Amino acid sequence: MNLSDSKKKLAAAGVVCGLVAVCLAYFGNPANMAFCIACFIRDTAGALGLHSTETVQYARPEIIGLVLGSFIISVAAKEYRSTAGSSPAVRFILGMILAIGSLVFLGCPLRMIIRMSAGDLNAWVALIGFVLGVGTGVFALKKGFSLGRAHLTNRVSGGVLPALMLGILALAAATPLLKSSSGGPGSMHAPLLLALAGGLIFGVFAQKSRMCLAGGIRDAILMKNFDLLTIIGGFFAVMLIYNIVSGNFIPAFDTPGVIAHSEHLWNILGMYAVGFAAVLAGGCPLRQLILAGQGSSDSAVTVTGMFIGAALAHNFGLAASGTAMDAQTQKVVEGAVPFYGKIAVLICIAVCFIIAFTNKRTEGK
Amino acid sequence: MKEIDARGLSCPEPLMLTAEALKNTKGPVRVLVTEPHQKMNVEKLAKDRGKKYTSTEIPDGFAVVIE
Repeated sequence: MNLSDSKKKLAAAGVVCGLVAVCLAYFGNPANMAFCIACFIRDTAGALGLHSTETVQYARPEIIGLVLGSFIISVAAKEYRSTAGSSPAVRFILGMILAIGSLVFLGCPLRMIIRMSAGDLNAWVALIGFVLGVGTGVFALKKGFSLGRAHLTNRVSGGVLPALMLGILALAAATPLLKSSSGGPGSMHAPLLLALAGGLIFGVFAQKSRMCLAGGIRDAILMKNFDLLTIIGGFFAVMLIYNIVSGNFIPAFDTPGVIAHSEHLWNILGMYAVGFAAVLAGGCPLRQLILAGQGSSDSAVTVTGMFIGAALAHNFGLAASGTAMDAQTQKVVEGAVPFYGKIAVLICIAVCFIIAFTNKRTEGK
Repeated sequence: MKEIDARGLSCPEPLMLTAEALKNTKGPVRVLVTEPHQKMNVEKLAKDRGKKYTSTEIPDGFAVVIE
């Protein structure tokens, strides 16, 4: 099965992934958080006790399914390659930046697309930052940026993250050890088996199509290649139709029910950091999970960085709050980015620049 | 024959190096990559540039020779 040899197949892959997201939203995932990598990693980190924000703790089967789906299809298609050694510590930092930037905006690039399809204008504002961030990463690539070579390594190494994901699934299904929110976004979820199946299907199609939100914009800027954007187009179209049909398409800032805030500068800068870091890491948060599933220990390290970044974002109060109705006063309380969240984003961007212009390709020419 | 060893490099570096080599080299270019999707990307780039290519599997990846 080769999905990347025609634009129609790529768009179809996006449509399938969109249908999965629609299904999961319909069966219980939070509104417009149908399938958010950063939010779900944050929830899973909370379930493991890495942070203690009680409203966002739940071992999301979608994350587990994504990694396992990619692992299974890459082994079946003989595309599994256990590789490691391309600046893993730098990638860990980039993973932290991906999580922190996303949680200041309140969503990964995938959720940005989902929010855009619901008419959330904050997400459209954030897209400006994301494109600029990807553009800055492309500039660094043109200047010779590289994190160096990964090398083939023991086959077991590439299987460690999939095995850990299987372990989390076993803990979630068979033990009371993991934390689980009784209120807030963490308490809203599709049934475990459905969410797992959704993650597996999404993982398979994302692996076969090389779906990547940052890669789509990067390839368009760098090589005038629109293949990866075609997948995102298919995904966006499905979500847009679903939102219009279900009456959830409301073009506005602070759309009711959408977990978002209207601090425009910080929506832009948060996603600028994410776009920049994603290009430097070779893929968006979704792509990192897929690469980790197909054997890249470097991406597994990036994913670990995302877990720690997400945990720190909540432990240190860096994550933004969404605009919401106060249950007691019945007044709308505007979402906001905390002071330390703003400082963290500025540090993240500065670190991206340091990484981008201190890691040069020394071989390969 | 010009050889580009892009094994182990992250996307889009293999493509960037290939595009640069095709631009600056008149003869054939041999590109080495690790991942199957990188092989496909290099093949697609060659096709888009109207060039013929042949791919073979090597012990730690793939070799794509672009005429």
